[in-house]
Amino acid sequence: MDVYYFLFWLFSAVAVFAALRVITVRNPVHAVLFLVLTFFTCAALWMLLEAEFLAIVLVLVYVGAVMVLFLFVVMMLDINVAPVREGFIQYLPLAATVAVIVVVEMVLVVGTRAFEPNTLTAPKRAAAGTSNTEALGELLYTEYLYHFEIAAAILLVAIIAAIALTMRKRPQTKYQNPAQQVRVTKQERLKVIKMESEK
Amino acid sequence: MIPLSHFLVLGAILFGLSVAGIFLNRKNVIILLMSIELMLLAVNTNFVAFSHHLGNMTGQVFVFFILTVAAAEAAIGLAILVVLFRNRNTINVADLDSMKG
Repeated sequence: MDVYYFLFWLFSAVAVFAALRVITVRNPVHAVLFLVLTFFTCAALWMLLEAEFLAIVLVLVYVGAVMVLFLFVVMMLDINVAPVREGFIQYLPLAATVAVIVVVEMVLVVGTRAFEPNTLTAPKRAAAGTSNTEALGELLYTEYLYHFEIAAAILLVAIIAAIALTMRKRPQTKYQNPAQQVRVTKQERLKVIKMESEK
Repeated sequence: MIPLSHFLVLGAILFGLSVAGIFLNRKNVIILLMSIELMLLAVNTNFVAFSHHLGNMTGQVFVFFILTVAAAEAAIGLAILVVLFRNRNTINVADLDSMKG
């Protein structure tokens, strides 16, 4: 059996299993950890598709930053699991029906002859020495430069929004006002006292 | 070579699972956000598969931008969640009825 097939089946089985656990597990911390596993196996699958840069970005940015943020929030908020789980069994038939219909419909479209390799020429393996990162960078910094800058602006907006939303001023907190510090004059700080000299 | 349809079916299954996750965990905002992340991952897998099989890098550029927007969305979503928990002391969707919508 082809090693690529073996790896594909292994990783996709793990990904589907982990995704199933994400939505069914009781503890949100476990759900986050299973989502990390899903992202990791999908990064491996992207590796099989020769998207090395994006696979590494998925692991570094998604697993390393976004999922850790999720984990922080889940652990920081003291969530009572029981009330948020109510209605799980009640909605199970509806959820299963909708999900099965979605999957079956999509498989009927994308899993058919139209997408088989004889109608679509099989891609060649990239030659040794070609860099996926270089190819992506070349495209990103020339043709998609404006889009790239918009993406940077979106990230800046996200930073500002996240900080503005979560920042709070406690009344008893001590902090310095830099504007006031800059404007300070000698008269406010220095007091010359006249006194008699000691004998 | 692994045919394109294998990856597309995998993406469809992951997408279906995340749709089911939104139905099942409709009381828990954190799992809802995670289901959305899973949906974006399924879509990204499709993009990468098409990009590889059509020999066109544009699909990967698109995935790059989707990852950027998804990271921004997750950060803001979690910030809103933290503020919500601070004010209402719950993340149960059923308790968030102060606007009587």
